[in-house]
Amino acid sequence: MIFLLLLFILIIATFLGRELISKVPSQLHTPLMSATNAISGVTVLGALVVCAANTDDVLILVLSVIAIILATINTVGGYAVTDRMLGMFKKKEDKKQ
Amino acid sequence: MINELSLSDLNNLAYILACVCTIIGIKMLGKPTTARRGMLISAAGTVVAVIAVFFDGQVMDSWDAGNVLRNGYFWCFIAILIGSIIGIIWAKKVQMTGMPELVALFNGFGGLASALVAFSSFYALHKIETGYIYDAVNDISTSIAIFIGLITFSGSMLAWGKLSEKITGRAIVFKGQKLINLFLLLVAVAAMVIYVTPSLDGFNLIAVLVLTGIALVFGVAFVLPIGGGDMPVVISLLNSLTGIAVAMAGFIITNTMLIVTGALVGASGVILTLIMCKAMNRSLGNLLFSGFGATDAVSGKDGTGAEPKAIPVEDAYMVLEAAESVVFIPGYGMAVAQAQHAVRELAGKLEENGAEVNYCVHPVAGRMPGHMNVLLAEADIPYEQLRTMEEMNPIMPMQDVAIVIGANDVVNPAAETDEASPIYGMPIIKAHEAKTVFVLKRGKGRGFSGIENELFTKQNTLMIYGDAKATIASLANEFTAE
Repeated sequence: MIFLLLLFILIIATFLGRELISKVPSQLHTPLMSATNAISGVTVLGALVVCAANTDDVLILVLSVIAIILATINTVGGYAVTDRMLGMFKKKEDKKQ
Repeated sequence: MINELSLSDLNNLAYILACVCTIIGIKMLGKPTTARRGMLISAAGTVVAVIAVFFDGQVMDSWDAGNVLRNGYFWCFIAILIGSIIGIIWAKKVQMTGMPELVALFNGFGGLASALVAFSSFYALHKIETGYIYDAVNDISTSIAIFIGLITFSGSMLAWGKLSEKITGRAIVFKGQKLINLFLLLVAVAAMVIYVTPSLDGFNLIAVLVLTGIALVFGVAFVLPIGGGDMPVVISLLNSLTGIAVAMAGFIITNTMLIVTGALVGASGVILTLIMCKAMNRSLGNLLFSGFGATDAVSGKDGTGAEPKAIPVEDAYMVLEAAESVVFIPGYGMAVAQAQHAVRELAGKLEENGAEVNYCVHPVAGRMPGHMNVLLAEADIPYEQLRTMEEMNPIMPMQDVAIVIGANDVVNPAAETDEASPIYGMPIIKAHEAKTVFVLKRGKGRGFSGIENELFTKQNTLMIYGDAKATIASLANEFTAE
């Protein structure tokens, strides 16, 4: 039953994503990609749970610590670079100063 | 009332809040004015989710005050700290021309992280021989997360190598490539079936290892035949695959936040992929398997035999001086020549001279979707002047001068007139309809795809040969000298 509930969430979220993304103008497609990229780094949640639950197993600990590092680079770096890019998009009035 | 809320309910409430933040963030990305704030909200959502996970039952159980090395919090914090530092340094260091590489690299990391989560949870479940309850959903999502996550990883790493020119950016095709790919895929499916089938659980570890190997090879095999100009499609597609891997990881650990964000990212990647395909007038299948960039494609008609007319910078200046409307059409060549700041300077001079200046960007210009816009924004060009092909084409005949910088196929009229041309049917920027066209080009050679460009021999087209940056700079100098 819980699987069906999760599947339902997945399908609804996919449609929502379709609606949201198709409204993003092509000017902002690069920031959009790096943003969605950063967002996909939330897989770090999974890595954190697996890591904390298995500190007694060296192999899992190593793998999950690597996973946390990689996912954090993805999220933190992704958001930072998106912010840097979006900071460059300015209106005409702002540019004149 | 509050007593009835368990910690796990609060946790889920935090995930809902985080999801809402992410959705609002993407919604606000729809406008340049709100985009930056939107991303802050989205990032705040991610922070909320990470804080919430530290109050997750499994994570709290790992608290061990006596032994630091057994304490889950210790490892989690260390890993987050290392990742954050590396991430921030890379994000600050990267040049805007290098954005596609960075996105590919980050994307690969995301994919690998999801695969590692799946593998770890598989290993954790299966090392306990007894007490393991067969769960088809878990098995299916684990195998998909490992497979897709690792394809994303190796594919993104190869894309990163191609984009940063560590390896050749050209498409690599060889005989039997499709057959090999098909074979790999079949073996992968077989391994998945073995893994999911309960009576074959004894072979689970072997199946997972086979799946791992195949996925890594397949990721490489699928990016190899795709050439430089088609990279925007690959990047979008890999982005979408990461989303799927994240959603699968969400099924494994039963986390709604991962499922929602994975679906959003997956949808985003698919939409961008389709936009790119449409802008090239090619189907996804054709793009992925034809190795477009590798073939020395030759147009049906080999031009009209007419020679392009070249003019010196001084003459071009005379035309620009009299122009009332100018549109720049930049391609990846502009980024390679690092000419965007010089373009901005020339545009400033033109505006002082009373001309209206616009920039028209083709959807597939650059090495990832929207790449050109970021480069122009970096050079302080206001986003109101960044026009899409659809906005600009109808008013193109009213433009006095169109300046094509380092773009080729996207302004080739053969796409509209020559049915034999490999790019026939691709939507183009109709630069040839402007009253005068300047084409800035390094030399007389063909463009990236090797297709003859009819635009160069048109009556109203004038070629200015030489380094684009130097040409633009000397045009701007002519204005100052006046």
